[in-house]
Amino acid sequence: MKTYIVIAAFNEGKKIGSVVKELLKVGYSNVVVVDDGSSDNTYSVASKAGAVALQHIVNRGQGAALQTGIDYALEQGADLIVTFDADGQHCVSDIPAMIKPVASGEVDVTLGSRFLGKSNAPFLKKLVLKGGIIFTRLLSGIKLTDVHNGFRVFSRKAAQKIRINQDRMEHASEILDEIARKKIKYKEIPVTIKYSEYSKAKGQSVFNSIRIALKMIYSKVVR
Amino acid sequence: MLLQVIVIIFALFALSRAVLRFKDKRLSIGEMIFWGLLWIGAMVVVLVPQITVFIAKEVGTTRGADLVVYLSIILIFYLMFKLYVRIDSLRSDITTVVREMALRKKK
Repeated sequence: MKTYIVIAAFNEGKKIGSVVKELLKVGYSNVVVVDDGSSDNTYSVASKAGAVALQHIVNRGQGAALQTGIDYALEQGADLIVTFDADGQHCVSDIPAMIKPVASGEVDVTLGSRFLGKSNAPFLKKLVLKGGIIFTRLLSGIKLTDVHNGFRVFSRKAAQKIRINQDRMEHASEILDEIARKKIKYKEIPVTIKYSEYSKAKGQSVFNSIRIALKMIYSKVVR
Repeated sequence: MLLQVIVIIFALFALSRAVLRFKDKRLSIGEMIFWGLLWIGAMVVVLVPQITVFIAKEVGTTRGADLVVYLSIILIFYLMFKLYVRIDSLRSDITTVVREMALRKKK
């Protein structure tokens, strides 16, 4: 099965190289990095490290970048598409467990969950994420233990069905919405998130979570 | 009255802009009529404020000026909504273009 790892990266020049190299080392030969209009050397670092690097000439947001990577992977005939974070907070060793249920045809999507296993998220982060879980349950009717986890695996079929229109962080909720609406079979898999000072600084602020929630309600009303 | 003069000068200016934009085809005929009526309406209201009193009574507000303010606010909100929708569709178009460029460069 042709597996593509898609990484959206915005100003991740410091980390992206080691993330790509680690993926290649364990044998994932198709790593696609979408440089989302970074002002640093993300693009050159990623391509030097051996990834297929695509470049948005202006910043369009993580949702837009992931969709670009997914489009590319589909064009190349990918059977499985893994979305992975650029900042090194996901563990490469979690990938096989994430892929297995999709590869076997049991489900079409797997979603990484940091709360199914033991969680090491900082308290405030936990609180906000729990809020997001309840919020998503109300809005999309999808029951999850973690909602804004960028670690996902899509079957080709699922990747073709799901279309990310929300360019920015709202895409994480939009994907869940699409899964619920199109009745795509999914499963959550426990994954470990490495909270480093780096990833914490790059992560979403509590304030931004509120903005995301408002935007989600808005798009629900307008649709 | 000075206020009347100012409003009329501005309305005439805005009207001329609408006609010019229509001439170089950046406004459709419908849009030009919309803006034309709006500014002509503004001029009429400023010159003959009594008509707003008449209409206001029919509608149920007492003062003519109140009615004008209410209607203006409704109109402004509607235009803001239209702008928002337009901007969002532009955002989506830009993303499509940026994505296409990224993918083409790789082929």
